[in-house]
Amino acid sequence: MSYSKLATVSAIALAATGVASTAQAEDLTLCWAAWDPANALVELSKEFEAQSGHTMNFEFVPWPNFADRMLNELNSGGKLCDLLIGDSQWIGGGAENGHYVKLNDFFDNEGISMDDFAPATVYAYSTWPKGTPNYYALPAMGDANGWFYRKDWFGREDIQAAYKEATGQDLREPQSQTEMLQIAQFFQGREIDGKTVYGAAIFTERGSEGITMGVTSALYPWGFKYENTPGQYDMEGAVNSPEAVEALEFYKTFYETATPPGYTNSYMGESLDAFKSGQVAMAMNWFAFFPGLYADPVTGGDKIDFFVNPPQNIAASTLGGQGISVVSYSDKQDAALEYIKWFSDPGVQAKWWELGGYSAHNAVLQDPGFVDSQPFAGDFLLAMDGVLDFWQEPAYAELLLAMQKRVHDFVVADQGTAQEALDKLIEDWTEVFEDEGKL
Amino acid sequence: MSDKTLDRVASATPPPVARKIRGLSDRAIAWIFVAPTIFLLLAINIFPLIWTIRLSFTNYKANRIGREVKEIGFRNYERILTDSDIWLNMQATAHFLIWTIFFQVLIGFALAWLINKKFKGNDLWTTIIVLPMMLSPAVVGNFWKFLYQPQIGLFNYIIAFFTGKEPSSFQMLGEVNLAPWSIVIVDTWMWTPFVMLICLAGLRSIPDYIYEAAEIDRASKLRQFFTITIPMVLPFLMLAVLFRGIENFKMFDLVVQLTGGGPGSTTELTSINLKREAFEKWRTGYASAYAIILFVTVFGLASIYVKALNKVKER
Repeated sequence: MSYSKLATVSAIALAATGVASTAQAEDLTLCWAAWDPANALVELSKEFEAQSGHTMNFEFVPWPNFADRMLNELNSGGKLCDLLIGDSQWIGGGAENGHYVKLNDFFDNEGISMDDFAPATVYAYSTWPKGTPNYYALPAMGDANGWFYRKDWFGREDIQAAYKEATGQDLREPQSQTEMLQIAQFFQGREIDGKTVYGAAIFTERGSEGITMGVTSALYPWGFKYENTPGQYDMEGAVNSPEAVEALEFYKTFYETATPPGYTNSYMGESLDAFKSGQVAMAMNWFAFFPGLYADPVTGGDKIDFFVNPPQNIAASTLGGQGISVVSYSDKQDAALEYIKWFSDPGVQAKWWELGGYSAHNAVLQDPGFVDSQPFAGDFLLAMDGVLDFWQEPAYAELLLAMQKRVHDFVVADQGTAQEALDKLIEDWTEVFEDEGKL
Repeated sequence: MSDKTLDRVASATPPPVARKIRGLSDRAIAWIFVAPTIFLLLAINIFPLIWTIRLSFTNYKANRIGREVKEIGFRNYERILTDSDIWLNMQATAHFLIWTIFFQVLIGFALAWLINKKFKGNDLWTTIIVLPMMLSPAVVGNFWKFLYQPQIGLFNYIIAFFTGKEPSSFQMLGEVNLAPWSIVIVDTWMWTPFVMLICLAGLRSIPDYIYEAAEIDRASKLRQFFTITIPMVLPFLMLAVLFRGIENFKMFDLVVQLTGGGPGSTTELTSINLKREAFEKWRTGYASAYAIILFVTVFGLASIYVKALNKVKER
């Protein structure tokens, strides 16, 4: 069954059950980041309002302030959010600090099975401790860090010939990290249609999580591991392995030789701007933005194409995305759970994907028509097969900020060596885990 | 107040209140009036300070309510004072503080001296010069970010025009050597008018007859400047330095907008680092110790400075 049919059938079924619903109408507030998928969710939720009688309000916070704002809200026991689509790394803190409602009983009672969702997303967005059947969220928005490029430039004969002459190879979607760097370096400073263009837009932002998300997109394909033995916090030799050092040096070379000038503190917005303004040949960003990029009247359509984070030693991508949780401080938990039940329906999930959200439901992802439904759908599936995430510990903010500092010091500020940066990172993380009583 | 008025006020006071007040001593009445202020001071300033000192000896984390809070003695202080990264933050703060004050005093005084000369359009120029300090630091930060943009920024083009360099060959906000100066330039642009206004007040407070007497004594203009102008403006200048010093020690918004503390940690001032420790990493005990160290530093320096200022005023 195609997902448009699936959506229609499920919508009718849900509408029928909605009529029978006699629950008290509530004003629910859903908190999330302010970005394209959030607008799609507003649209999608109208259906829930019509069926349930509840009113949906939304609190969307721009990404750079999202973690600060929402974690402060949770830490203070705030009642602003009844539902929260929180970042994957918050799951440990959400569970251990009692911010999120444990959903196991609810899932059992309502017949919601985590087997219906992509395993990588269940592991990353829902479980704590990791991989155990303790669920604190329903996978809401699958995401990973991917790439997009100027298909029109790549397809031009003069540029292809110049690339062949410069490298002896054909210009194509990069098949490895090093090939991607080579292509980016080829475009760096090149004149195209009378305008100087640059290689690629990558993440270098210092304040929140930007450069860590960018650097891990190189570290993971080189085989980077956080621990030698999962759960033991034995980081020496894993975090600073020769492969990790090589990957970090690679990212620095990328930054120095293949990015636009002044690209020292850039994240999602800057990457989109650089690409849409025709400054760069390639750019990294989250899959969540790809529908909007494809629809862009200037650089979208047949001028753009997408590819998954290229492999090096292994195929791997940095995980993005979020699960949806019920906030334990909410007075409207029943209505919030009703929303989660509605959202978990395969028909709603199919519509979610149609509107621009990234469903993690198997019924959507395994539909035969999925891969051809969008030009980036196949890459999304590939990416989700090899996603890796940052620490999801309750002390994740400390761990993240330490990495932000160490890698920015090395990559952008050119201080010390890659080996020193990773050695210092182990020292910082060791201190955090000692404070946490885990070492 | 006339006797009639006093009588009217006395007769308008309701009898029970009047009786009660009559029974109180002057000292008690004074305490009644001062008590709300003292209470607010204790609640808003003193209690948090004492509480911060107490927290600084613990491993408390404000985002982990259920976690056991352990007394760890001077461990937080020891960590901070032996952390080389924090000393780098202190150096970045000192660099910012010293150079912004130096340039602001120099340019602010020069502008005040020029504005103090009577000329046509004097008021208009004063208004134009003070405009930057009326803007929000967040706006100024964003505005200068564009000016510093290597490809389209006006600043780079102006420098390129004079030096013959490529505009995109240097990055004011992205290079380790230039970023600390980029924030000094912006703060100087924004706050020099403030120093200018204080200096102008000082210059205008010097009576003309002193200069006239100096003219009669045939003192040169240079001599008048160093023996009359500078000594009489000095208390005002020192006050401006005190205000700017305190403000810039806690500088946060402008620098966060411009560089976010980067590249790396090159412009990560102590206030930015403290905010990260306290409200992003949530190491409340550690951040409390950090805040106390900064408080003692500022308090100590300000006390020494105020003593010096008083001596200058007494001269």
